[in-house]
Amino acid sequence: MPAVSKGDGMRGLAVFISDIRNCKSKEAEIKRINKELANIRSKFKGDKALDGYSKKKYVCKLLFIFLLGHDIDFGHMEAVNLLSSNKYTEKQIGYLFISVLVNSNSELIRLINNAIKNDLSSRNPTFMCLALHCIANVGSREMAEAFAGEIPRILVAGDTMDSVKQSAALCLLRLYKASPDLVLMGEWTSRVVHLLNDQHMGVVTAAISLITCLSSKNPDEFKTCVSLAVSRLSRIVSSASTDLQDYTYYFVPAPWLSCKLLRLLQCYPPPEDGAVKGRLVECLETILNKAQEPPKSKKVQHSNAKNAILFEAISLIIHYDSEPNLLVRACNQLGQFLQHRETNLRYLALESMCTLASSEFSHEAVKTHIETVINALKTERDVSVRQRAADLLYAMCDRSNAKQIVAEMLSYLETADYSIREEMVLKVAILAEKYAVDYSWYVDTILNLIRIAGDYVSEEVWYRVIQIVINRDDVQGYAAKTVFEALQAPACHENMVKVGGYILGEFGNLIAGDPRSSPLVQFNLLHSKFHLCSVPTRALLLSAYIKFINLFPETKATIQEVLRSDSQIRNSDVELQQRAVEYLKLSSIASTDVLATVLEEMPPFPERESSILAKLKKKKGPGAVSVELEDGKERGELNDLHGGMGQNTSNSSTPSPSADLLGLRSAAPVSGATPSAGSLLVDVFSEAGPAATSAGVNDDGFLSSAPPTAASEDPAPPLPESDELLNKFVCKNNGVLFENQLLQIGIKSEYRQNLGRMYLFYGNKTSVQFVSFNTTVIGMVFFLNVQTKTVEPLVEGGAQVQQVINIECLTDFIDAPLLNIKFRYGGALQNISLKLPVTINKFFQPTEMAAADFFQRWKQLSQPQQEAQKIFKASHGMDTEVLKAKLLGLGTALLENVDPNPENYVCAGVIQTKAQQVGCLLRLEPNAQAQMYRLTLRSSKDTVSQRVCDLLAEQF
Amino acid sequence: MIGGLFIYNHKGEVLISRVYRDDIGRNAVDAFRVNVIHARQQVRSPVTNIARTSFFHVKRSNIWLAAVTKQNVNAAMVFEFLYKMCDVMASYFGKISEENIKNNFVLIYELLDEILDFGYPQNSETGALKTFITQQGIKGQFQTKEEQSQITSQVTGQIGWRREGIKYRRNELFLDVLESVNLLMSPQGQVLSAHVSGRVVMKSYLSGMPECKFGMNDKIVIDKAGKGGVTNEAGKSTSGKQSIAIDDCTFNQCVRLSKFDSERSISFIPPDGDYELMRYRTTKDIILPFRVIPLVREVGRTKLEVKVVIKSNFKPSLLAQKIEVRIPTPLNTSGVQVICMKGKAKYKASENAIVWKIKRMAGMKESQISAEIELLPTNDKKKWARPPISMNFEVPFAPSGLKVRYLKVFESKLNYSDHDVVKWVRYIGRSGIYETRC
Repeated sequence: MPAVSKGDGMRGLAVFISDIRNCKSKEAEIKRINKELANIRSKFKGDKALDGYSKKKYVCKLLFIFLLGHDIDFGHMEAVNLLSSNKYTEKQIGYLFISVLVNSNSELIRLINNAIKNDLSSRNPTFMCLALHCIANVGSREMAEAFAGEIPRILVAGDTMDSVKQSAALCLLRLYKASPDLVLMGEWTSRVVHLLNDQHMGVVTAAISLITCLSSKNPDEFKTCVSLAVSRLSRIVSSASTDLQDYTYYFVPAPWLSCKLLRLLQCYPPPEDGAVKGRLVECLETILNKAQEPPKSKKVQHSNAKNAILFEAISLIIHYDSEPNLLVRACNQLGQFLQHRETNLRYLALESMCTLASSEFSHEAVKTHIETVINALKTERDVSVRQRAADLLYAMCDRSNAKQIVAEMLSYLETADYSIREEMVLKVAILAEKYAVDYSWYVDTILNLIRIAGDYVSEEVWYRVIQIVINRDDVQGYAAKTVFEALQAPACHENMVKVGGYILGEFGNLIAGDPRSSPLVQFNLLHSKFHLCSVPTRALLLSAYIKFINLFPETKATIQEVLRSDSQIRNSDVELQQRAVEYLKLSSIASTDVLATVLEEMPPFPERESSILAKLKKKKGPGAVSVELEDGKERGELNDLHGGMGQNTSNSSTPSPSADLLGLRSAAPVSGATPSAGSLLVDVFSEAGPAATSAGVNDDGFLSSAPPTAASEDPAPPLPESDELLNKFVCKNNGVLFENQLLQIGIKSEYRQNLGRMYLFYGNKTSVQFVSFNTTVIGMVFFLNVQTKTVEPLVEGGAQVQQVINIECLTDFIDAPLLNIKFRYGGALQNISLKLPVTINKFFQPTEMAAADFFQRWKQLSQPQQEAQKIFKASHGMDTEVLKAKLLGLGTALLENVDPNPENYVCAGVIQTKAQQVGCLLRLEPNAQAQMYRLTLRSSKDTVSQRVCDLLAEQF
Repeated sequence: MIGGLFIYNHKGEVLISRVYRDDIGRNAVDAFRVNVIHARQQVRSPVTNIARTSFFHVKRSNIWLAAVTKQNVNAAMVFEFLYKMCDVMASYFGKISEENIKNNFVLIYELLDEILDFGYPQNSETGALKTFITQQGIKGQFQTKEEQSQITSQVTGQIGWRREGIKYRRNELFLDVLESVNLLMSPQGQVLSAHVSGRVVMKSYLSGMPECKFGMNDKIVIDKAGKGGVTNEAGKSTSGKQSIAIDDCTFNQCVRLSKFDSERSISFIPPDGDYELMRYRTTKDIILPFRVIPLVREVGRTKLEVKVVIKSNFKPSLLAQKIEVRIPTPLNTSGVQVICMKGKAKYKASENAIVWKIKRMAGMKESQISAEIELLPTNDKKKWARPPISMNFEVPFAPSGLKVRYLKVFESKLNYSDHDVVKWVRYIGRSGIYETRC
């Protein structure tokens, strides 16, 4: 590029800049700038024409002032004039100004686009490059609209210079990333792939970035690139370091290109063609071999480039996950890096190993490095590396080394960095649970965990330990003993007190035989912690006390005394006071039998996914990736477990040697009698059914909590085709909703504003009568208010009964209500669930508006979340009349003469709900050639846009 | 109480740092620099709270003075102290500039030790300070023991601001009434807000320990006098028409406040040399020395015509001086032509304004300027905000109408009487923020 020569340097600019630099204060600087701006304004006034040089100089000054943080509101025109200059420096400054300062909605954009077009069509490669750089720098939608068609042409044209091709490829990549919908695939795509064969390495490097991006969106179209990439890669890898001239970087041939090729290959599965695959494996082996060779240079750039390729190759190997030999070699290579001097390498090695650990082929190989990793965890100075080491330990853990790893992590926890403690705690808790060989070990581990890092133990962890202890009667005694011992410590963490209170309250009797832990000793121990605890813990302890009264009648007097004391019965906290009062009364009034029934031992919890695992997944820490990967592996393992344990899935208490703590077995349902402390554990069951919720929430009335009626006749799950049925009714109101051999259901509905009425016609197609015919609508009460009239329980053969359903839309909703129909046909119970065809668009109120109004509103709703857009293939014909009918059926007003393109459809409507009205604008752009639609929806509420868009996309 | 005091230059470098209390850490210095001096947006409030620490700052040219405290102090007291500090420094080494502060840093630390003790302001009277903080280096050996003990007894005594045994051959007294008049006027000539803040500054060269009494045309005093002496018909009629209502006033420490409270008479034993006797503010019946009549016409998008007339509104015998009218121009001004009948006018691009200067102007006259401003069309749709036209001037009378009625000096021990004292009185009215919207 022609550098600015001495004579061409702008003296005025240099003077101005040095003036500014010399300013003593901000005020002086502003004064100087004001003066300069006035000067430029007077020069730009337009009475006399300026030559290119001074124009360039002043535009430069303006640019400098802008970069200092001042507003520039003139000079754009002069900059645009510079674009048409024939001098490189002037053109360059013009483009610079425009890339920095011109915002996309400026009226000058047409002029600019024109100038860019001229430059693109000129034969001068430097000018073309400048124009392409400007397009890429601005990268706005307007730019994309104007040039998205032009650039691919330049890119694939045979006579384009190499440097221009490079710029064009990168420019296209930028436009594609900014507005993917405007860069349309076409016949050029196949030719882009062939750029991989280009002579010029720069072009290949630029093109491959583009191809990687494009192929990650539509891999099928670029499938051919795999074999090309492999052959290119093998040519580079096998070449001598001097072959590639300019593209050899510190003795490494074309490192960037190699990395990009390897990354492109990661978008695709392993090649099926044997020859290609062989060649690729050969390449990967060569790369691994090269890593073993002594370095050709001592410079850090050499090793960096080499390692970059190596790491990409390893991630490709991991991605393929099919070559055991390569996987093991990669693992060994990484093992060497684990002890490397360079911190970054150690970090990367640990990170890659995390993913390697999840592959079945290399898991064992990874495990051999356990000592090194543990060492890294302990001695590494950089906290991020330690974090990776912890992740890797977590990933490589299995039954064989669980004890060691958990022990190491626990001991590390005492000195761990605060930022990773919580995650470490969760990991320890999960590993302990997953690989627990015997429960006493598990209980020990978790109690240790609470002792060491009590502050970082989240609720879920101690909920979980209690859940497991309750469900497993073989550990209860041991747990009680351990907890009792742990509580002896003078300073206990509150979480420990919670676990202690709960477990002793339930199973204190199991250790009461020992005089050292007699009931009174237990109680005194617990009560000594009482005053140091927060309110929820105190509440839990009070519940534990009342349980003590049941377990050990001899403590009754003492405990009643405690409950009766002013600090309990007159506690300022309502919850505590209520508990104290109620427990006191309960203990003094109720007979032992009643007491024993009410304060019965907690029933086992239903098994479910470990809440801790859910918590770890929620934590979007840097370790999230490994967690995800881990998940897959774990699922496999669990399935194995279940396969092996098929014979004893009953809720027996025989402990299986491989403890199935995370098992998905269905346990006995929670019975209603979960008194008192149950409420504290309710959080664990985030998805608990109504039974559990009512038992837990109903805390103040826990004595009268009625056992929930067992739902023996649960509604059947909705039919698989019910979604399709629903889609059928998006644009129409009447029709046949469902039909089988027995029953036909017709529907007729009308909607006005936020109200709707639906007539359902149930037709008995048989000659036998339906008995106990019963329908229920299960809706979301928050969204829809649905009122049904009951139907006659008898439907005669061949007869039809009618049911009226009134619907009121309270607020916008997504899921349709369910209609459940039950009847007996010849003694057999029929149970059908359907989705009622009530969709949000039913509450549309059409709105007529003029074009100007429409576009004004359209612009008002310009926030990204207000818009929903879908591009999809037509699944039916693209008949205009049919489309119109459908759009009208949707409930919106079809607006004529609004869109400049008559092909497009524009609709407007207001969705009426009780809570609010949601204005909604719609634009459907059919593309007849491609058989595609683009549907854009804008509304004042994001959920509405999305839902209506989803609904409509299914219709065309 | 003040926890510490810092002085910064315009770059935020600390020139002087004095911490008086332990609750102010070293990082307070940086906190102020980062959050106020180098703040992304200009900090306009003089009080800034950063991490439960209050910073009170004043700026003198390029120098920042900041007082820091963690306690709930009287902000007015802190600012009063800072202003006093500026006065003291100015009287010791002239203009407060980076150079001067660097050259006198030992002196400044010495002063800071003296005028602030554990964060409590002490004697900040320049005259008194100068007796024992000097710039001549160590003078102790030349001072007699007697003189030294005299300083101690004076500084700790009842009248800390004046030492005994002062003798002048000629007893002289200078009294300046300095006022600044502030105005905001609508384009139609309606007064939107106006007030005068004035100071009575004295310079006294009197022997002994004289007792002075100052009298002015304060409305309350005059009304009271009028009521008391009903018989004196003539006096009432003369004094009644020219009394002013003072909204509020503050006095130098030498004024006996109890006497002012009971009799509203201002009596005091004056310090020697320069001092400010009182400060006051009035808002009623202000004489506005100039009237500005603007006329702005926008001719299309690229031209603006401005015509400004100023009228002087005081006795024709008086002369106003240093008149300067500042007419703001739009930000997209590309050229200006100015015609004025009197004085000189120039477009100053660096300040985005036309500055019109007139050296002298007598009362009841008028003058005008007209300008044609060419504008460069911009793609910015914002309309020009039309900032007000501001004005600077100096007039030889008090715009509030304040008149000095008497200044009596009594010295019983030495035998000179009120008549022997030569007294000089001067009135100067200056413009404060004197703006007219256009």
